[in-house]
Amino acid sequence: MKTENTNTSVISIKGLKKSFDENHVLRDFSVELAEGENLVVLGKSGSGKSVLIKCIIGLMKPDEGNIEVFGENVMTLSHDELDEMRVKVGFLFQSNALYDSMTIRENLEFPLRRHWDKNTQGNINDLVMEALSNVGLESTVDKMPSELSGGMQKRIALARTLILKPKIILYDEPTTGLDPITGKEICHLIVDMQKKYNTSSIIISHDINCVKITANRIVMLIDGLCYATGTFEELSNSKDEKIQQFFD
Amino acid sequence: MKKASALNNLLSEIGDLYLFIIKFFKEGFKPRYEFAEFFRQCYYIGNKTLPLIAVTGFIIGLVVTIQSYPSLEVFGTESWMPSVVSVSLVRELVPVITALICAGKIASGIGAELGSMKVTEQIDAMEVSGTNPFKYLVVTRVFATTLMLPLLMILCDTISLYGAYIAVDMKQASTFHLFTSQIFIKLTFGDLIPSIIKSLFFGFAIGIIGCFKGYYTKNGTQGVGKAANTAVVSATFALFIIDLIAVQIADIFHIIT
Repeated sequence: MKTENTNTSVISIKGLKKSFDENHVLRDFSVELAEGENLVVLGKSGSGKSVLIKCIIGLMKPDEGNIEVFGENVMTLSHDELDEMRVKVGFLFQSNALYDSMTIRENLEFPLRRHWDKNTQGNINDLVMEALSNVGLESTVDKMPSELSGGMQKRIALARTLILKPKIILYDEPTTGLDPITGKEICHLIVDMQKKYNTSSIIISHDINCVKITANRIVMLIDGLCYATGTFEELSNSKDEKIQQFFD
Repeated sequence: MKKASALNNLLSEIGDLYLFIIKFFKEGFKPRYEFAEFFRQCYYIGNKTLPLIAVTGFIIGLVVTIQSYPSLEVFGTESWMPSVVSVSLVRELVPVITALICAGKIASGIGAELGSMKVTEQIDAMEVSGTNPFKYLVVTRVFATTLMLPLLMILCDTISLYGAYIAVDMKQASTFHLFTSQIFIKLTFGDLIPSIIKSLFFGFAIGIIGCFKGYYTKNGTQGVGKAANTAVVSATFALFIIDLIAVQIADIFHIIT
């Protein structure tokens, strides 16, 4: 996939280290995300991919290293400053994380109401319906999350992520638990939304089909390090055994 | 070795609970205030527990009166029945029974709800959407239980006294007017106010323990069940400890006044 991306870096990660007791998941990880780029982080389960994006959004604290989002060091931000940053950075959870005690409308309204004073365009209802029409699920507005299929829940979660029009979106395994057809639809939706809103994205995945559809650039996270980086074509043609095992 | 480890875990949990309470007082009085969620929780805790409290209160009033009657009859003091029963109901039985019902229904509900939100990453989702989940989920629930417990207790007091009246009327034909005037010979605000204060602490304990157990749930769905279960057990234990302390304080207060 090719898009127009500039060289301006929106996320810059340097020397990131994170351990859980004796398990060193990130050893010295460095990567940069350019504006308008879709960067896929590819790695095995348990390799620290989700830990990486949770560190970026401030849900986890790294042991060492530096994470800058729009030039601001995430580790030194106060709680309020972190909240401000999170308006600009969306996060799509692997489990969708829809609030199961709320309707779809309330789920989408929730982040909007939190930041309404900063949101001057249109009224809440229009924004909710616009977000739902983006994912083709306007009819579900008054349903509960439990009434929807896994694929529909993923679309709603994507709509909720996009509703604040973030500049960066972090996707945590967006196709996990979905059948290949629905997974492909979600991947195309990610690309469409990226084009429509001109977002930059980090996509965590080990689904090669998803990687092929969404990636401008791939970073291989192996043994806690940025093992290799390149386009899908470059990496899929690599002779390196560790890289090849993902593409076989 | 195992005993040392269990003691270590217990002390560690008490330490964590202490820090959780400190965090509650730090976060609880700072804006932004989540009034909508607070009122929703008040409605949920108050309204949904009301029928259970009402039925239990009525039965307790009726049963305590019927059980006490033979003892008073032996001494020929049946006429004291309304005063004796009302004092024991208002001072001790109703606050404790109300709190125990709420511990069973509310603490487990909060523990399970927050636990399930934790394991399905809903709490993280709240945080990344720029909402302080501690304020939205914990502070509102703890304030709601602290406020609703005394109200439920007062309601339970009233219904249990009506139950007591029915029992008295069954044993020795009495009028409601006579029954209430006999109650207020002995029952004063000095009996009611300590039990209201006690209920505030009961409510706080139920809310904070339910939230603490749910908020730090681990190990997936198994952890949710454990959180709900331990929330009830810990809250019930805490209620008896608070009651023990409250009785001593109320006793000192009674001696002074």
